[in-house]
Amino acid sequence: MSLYFTKEHEWVRVEGDVATVGISDHAQEALGDIVFAEVPDAGRTVAKGDDAAVVESVKAASDVYAPVGGEVVEGNAALADDPSLINRDPEGDGWFFKLKLSDPSELEGLMDEAAYREWVKTQ
Amino acid sequence: MTVATETKPASPNPSGWRPSAPVAGEVSSAPTVTGNRALMLEEPLLFEIGSRDQTGVDFEPHSEGTSRMGGLERDSLDLPGLSEPEAVRHYTRLSRQNYAIDLGLFPLGSCTMKHNPRLNEKMARLPGFADIHPLQPQETVQGALELINKLAFWLIDLTGMHGVAMSPKAGAHGELCGLLCIRAALEARGDARQVVLVPESAHGTNPATAAFCGYRVENIPATKTGRVDLEALKARLGPDVAAVMITNPNTCGLFEPDMKAISDAVHAAGAFVYCDGANFNAIVGKVRPGDLGVDAMHINLHKTFSTPHGGGGPGSGPVVLSEALAPYGPLPFAAKYPDGSYKMVEEETAGEEHPDAFGRMVAFHGQMGMFTRALTYILSHGADGLAQVAEDSVLNANYILRSLEDVLDAPFAFSGPCMHEAIFSDKGFAEGFSTIDVAKALIDEGFHPMTMYFPLVVHGAMLVEPTETESKANLDQFIAALRSIAERAKAGDQALKAAPIYAPRRRLDETLAARKPVLSYNNPAPDGSSTGLGAHFGGG
Repeated sequence: MSLYFTKEHEWVRVEGDVATVGISDHAQEALGDIVFAEVPDAGRTVAKGDDAAVVESVKAASDVYAPVGGEVVEGNAALADDPSLINRDPEGDGWFFKLKLSDPSELEGLMDEAAYREWVKTQ
Repeated sequence: MTVATETKPASPNPSGWRPSAPVAGEVSSAPTVTGNRALMLEEPLLFEIGSRDQTGVDFEPHSEGTSRMGGLERDSLDLPGLSEPEAVRHYTRLSRQNYAIDLGLFPLGSCTMKHNPRLNEKMARLPGFADIHPLQPQETVQGALELINKLAFWLIDLTGMHGVAMSPKAGAHGELCGLLCIRAALEARGDARQVVLVPESAHGTNPATAAFCGYRVENIPATKTGRVDLEALKARLGPDVAAVMITNPNTCGLFEPDMKAISDAVHAAGAFVYCDGANFNAIVGKVRPGDLGVDAMHINLHKTFSTPHGGGGPGSGPVVLSEALAPYGPLPFAAKYPDGSYKMVEEETAGEEHPDAFGRMVAFHGQMGMFTRALTYILSHGADGLAQVAEDSVLNANYILRSLEDVLDAPFAFSGPCMHEAIFSDKGFAEGFSTIDVAKALIDEGFHPMTMYFPLVVHGAMLVEPTETESKANLDQFIAALRSIAERAKAGDQALKAAPIYAPRRRLDETLAARKPVLSYNNPAPDGSSTGLGAHFGGG
């Protein structure tokens, strides 16, 4: 299992050929209270960099980009009832969607956790 | 003969006496039986004051007949009935808990909430403009058609463009009209471009419009000075780019000095330039977008030409078009014929005069009331007066920027003067304090808050647009209030978190309202009597 981050503040956790995607603690902190999240349905194919999900807070609405490409195997249904999960546990239960990696080499170039936490401090 | 030794005119109130006003502590601590506070009246919901047993109108019982409702009739809609005075008072009381441009400064950035001259209203109410119908014979509404046509030429002159579509109903509708013209022009040359580029400093509606129009939206980053990154834009231009949508002046309140270079590069790549004209107030009479290479731009008549939101009518967003796009503008439009008469050019007559129109945006000509107000505003100001509008709006915004930059972080102040709006960030506030606290405290000071958390490129953005219609005294009062609040936010004054304390309602729980919205009224008691509604509007 390995964890990567993007400069758009998504995280992606890879187990086998399945990647779980969410937004970072820094992102939920910047967005403030999250009131709505729209996650992709299973079966949808996304390319790296595509708009894959939407997150809306009291301050702003943002797209969540797919950090890697693949076929969505599950959207987090729990977010519809309780979007505050993203505030409470952004890098755990507040995950957005899982996808089956189409090209594991797309993970190259993403930051690891230590590099991301350092980089965020400069933002 | 006496010699006047006093040169100053005598004060009309030499003793300085005024009736005393209550101090804050007295007001908040003294309950009243009714919940009213003298002139501020507490108002229940319509459902709580009305009843199904009463009504303000006296209908005759309906006669026997055949219902064609297909069995969908209901005996009661469970709507409250009120007498006319009850209904009038309900809405008047609620309106007094609201804020309006006629009450005071309304510094909402990018909204141009300027004074709405009363002359506009007088003209808009003339029966020849107000009491006509789009379907009546055109020879009976020649004056109204002439007004639309005259306004169209003013807009073309002020922007240095080739044509104008008058019918779009507001800003975003105008954007859609402009992009549909661009798409029609591209399709006419068999060019299926798919991408619209939108800089970070553009209005939020721009990407929404492009997406609605079927384009893929890509962002162009901003520079450290809050402008479009010209090199990044040039690098992205290519045969797949249909248009670039730029807001100028942009949402950071800054003029895009590279506009001409941007337009040249976009045109060289075979694409079109859409300019969001929401901030036209800063440059009206000073800069003609046509000279900057703009192909299409909407003009919010309800901003630049007065009648701000709620000023007595809907919005109106005519779109001026370049020579390349004008042939594709929508139908119908008012045209002057050689015999001096005016006609609406419709599909039946468009074949000869306007064969390439992309279609229609709306059923009729557009917003007549707004046209009347805008032309009144233009004619009463004149070309020189409109240029002064731009100058004074920019002067007022810079006065606010320079008066507050020592106490509020102004991220772009270093790059020179702003245009019509000043932008500040929440940098430097104490831990746990944010823009929302400042906005709520401004309500206590009697001001409508500024635009908050927009644009997104500025952390905790506060976007202040005073407009040209505010006096220096008003601006000084606003500056003093915002300065004091900013100092409290930096010092971490916990009392700020409780604001507003003088508004008719305390701070609302916006998070709960968004997460668990209650969008319909549920009668708490089956017999229709009132039992209090707290549970249905929880959190408040």
